[in-house]
Amino acid sequence: MTDLCEGGMDDLWSITTLLLQVWFSVMIGLIMIPAMFGLSLGVTSVYIQILVKILEWATLRIQRGHRDRPTLPVPAPLPNGLIQREGGSMEQEMGELRRYRTQSISRGEFALSDSFYFYRKGLESIVDDQVTQRFSSEELVSWNLLTRTNHNFHYISLRLTIIWGLGVIIRYCVLFPLRITLAIIGISWLVIGTTLVGFLPNRRVKNWLSELVHLMCYRICARGLSATIQYHNKNNKPQKGGICVANHTSPIDIVILANDGCYAMVGQSHSGLMGVIQRSMVRSCPHVWFERSEMRDRHAVTSRLRAHVAAKRNLPILIFPEGTCINNTSVMMFKKGSFEIGGTIYPVAIKYDPRFGDAFWNSAKYNMEGEDATKFANRVKSAIAHQGGLLDMAWDGSLKRDKVKEEFKEHQQKMYSSMVVGKKARDSQEPHTESTNS
Amino acid sequence: MTGIGKLTGKSEVLGRDICVSSEADVIVFFSVEMGSTNSTLSKIPNVEELMQETGFTPAHIVRLYDRFEALDKEKTGHLRPQDFGAINRLAMNPIGDRIIGAFFSPGQETVDFHSFVRILAHFRPADQKRPKDPSMPEPVNSRTSKLKFAFQLYDQDKDGKISRAELLQVLRSMLEMQVTEEQLESIADRTIQEADLDKDDAISFEEFRKSLEKVNIDHKMSIRFLR
Repeated sequence: MTDLCEGGMDDLWSITTLLLQVWFSVMIGLIMIPAMFGLSLGVTSVYIQILVKILEWATLRIQRGHRDRPTLPVPAPLPNGLIQREGGSMEQEMGELRRYRTQSISRGEFALSDSFYFYRKGLESIVDDQVTQRFSSEELVSWNLLTRTNHNFHYISLRLTIIWGLGVIIRYCVLFPLRITLAIIGISWLVIGTTLVGFLPNRRVKNWLSELVHLMCYRICARGLSATIQYHNKNNKPQKGGICVANHTSPIDIVILANDGCYAMVGQSHSGLMGVIQRSMVRSCPHVWFERSEMRDRHAVTSRLRAHVAAKRNLPILIFPEGTCINNTSVMMFKKGSFEIGGTIYPVAIKYDPRFGDAFWNSAKYNMEGEDATKFANRVKSAIAHQGGLLDMAWDGSLKRDKVKEEFKEHQQKMYSSMVVGKKARDSQEPHTESTNS
Repeated sequence: MTGIGKLTGKSEVLGRDICVSSEADVIVFFSVEMGSTNSTLSKIPNVEELMQETGFTPAHIVRLYDRFEALDKEKTGHLRPQDFGAINRLAMNPIGDRIIGAFFSPGQETVDFHSFVRILAHFRPADQKRPKDPSMPEPVNSRTSKLKFAFQLYDQDKDGKISRAELLQVLRSMLEMQVTEEQLESIADRTIQEADLDKDDAISFEEFRKSLEKVNIDHKMSIRFLR
């Protein structure tokens, strides 16, 4: 009896090892090696196309299910907010409000209806607030085969449930271990590879090797995310000694960008695993890691970055000026600190389709003199937003936490006063003798 | 907006209708849980009456309720002036304080959901199809009601007239440091001169209405709710 059992156990063991071997060789052969050289076997795109078709069908099915069972209408999540906002500027709207007046409008002047503009804007902001909206996630309109979004998607049909079950199995049992393994391999290779490269003395070979190592690791990690990345305008890729600024949507932005070229990272030095990674990366090529205390001193930060950029052989540094994660629909105000460093700025727009991560290169060889950092920052921000099809917002990303400054209110008042008093200020010295027309 | 966008090769612009796969989602996105309409509506007392009175649809009421709850950070069921003050865009509005004041009846320090919705109902676009029925009370979003609401924002002491002092107050809020006191006064004088027909140095509601008779009130004092 025991012999049989042991025999059985051996068999089980050999089957397991065989499976593992197969699995590893598949992974290395089909995923890692092509990844390292930047090729793709196209498996991911096929998988994604199939997935899209399934989801379309699923959503239609759910909608049909709802129609057959009449309930109160489900308010669909509105990505752009609750209300329709008129796009007119203050001048435009005031002009419209005053159109009925027979006096010439160019004289400016106050009308009782002027306040309507402010009332409406005020009430619009009470009903719906664009800023807080930006910081919640995009609401998902359709169901993506995981019950995350909406309590309304309960049992509709057997087929749907089966597909859902299949989805769970594939995701958690097949893809998930695969990705974890890839991620682990990617990161360990990064640490090992950069440490090894760090031992080399020679300049050119060392740089070339370190770039290779970095690229390979990021590519492996990107595979681990099943990311399909498209780069546009590659001719504007950041060069050495430049600064790359990008909008920030998620922590994997770095992986996305670093798949195509090598960057020097800028960030806070951590302890633990992150610290290990950071220290080994520094060994092969210079990155800029700050201690927490250093980060408070803006001057120190700027001078260190300036020194890095000035050494023309250093890789371009990668900065996310927004300072906080936005939810992939707009570009918040860029803090101007990044733009005071000097050097050439290369703006990048990153826009995620939840499947793809597209990075748009854009070149900005701007002259730093004669334009203050804030204006420059705004201009870059607009360029990025425009390229990426994102909303260009005038709000500071830190408004999530802070209160608005008085300056904004004064700005509104200034704009309004120029319409009421502006032209008149010039002839305010003469006594007024006009009579009122009716 | 319950369609499904056709996905071409490149990524489309924001808020797309299909969110695919968990690949990026696991790391990047987390969704906002939306309670079902039924359960939300049942939480609100007298909701039928509210809908009747204000003309909002159930979907609108639910959205407004979500918004109310989002503003009511301490979950007291009432809003106080500070809760409104937390709205950044409102704080930068020159007459933001006045608008906040419109929500609170005199002497009251809190506003509940019903009053909140009733005030907002003033800004609903007028219903085109509604027949003019003199026996029914004036709908809350008719032209007259909107004008009354605007009038009350000027007439803070509720005596039925906009006095010179009240007008000056509004002007001061809207213009603050940008003009001198004399300029403010001359503007106020001129405005009263134009609108004041019975020469009592104040603007009554009728005079207010008359001076704005050519303005498209419905367009300018309405907020278009999506769906």
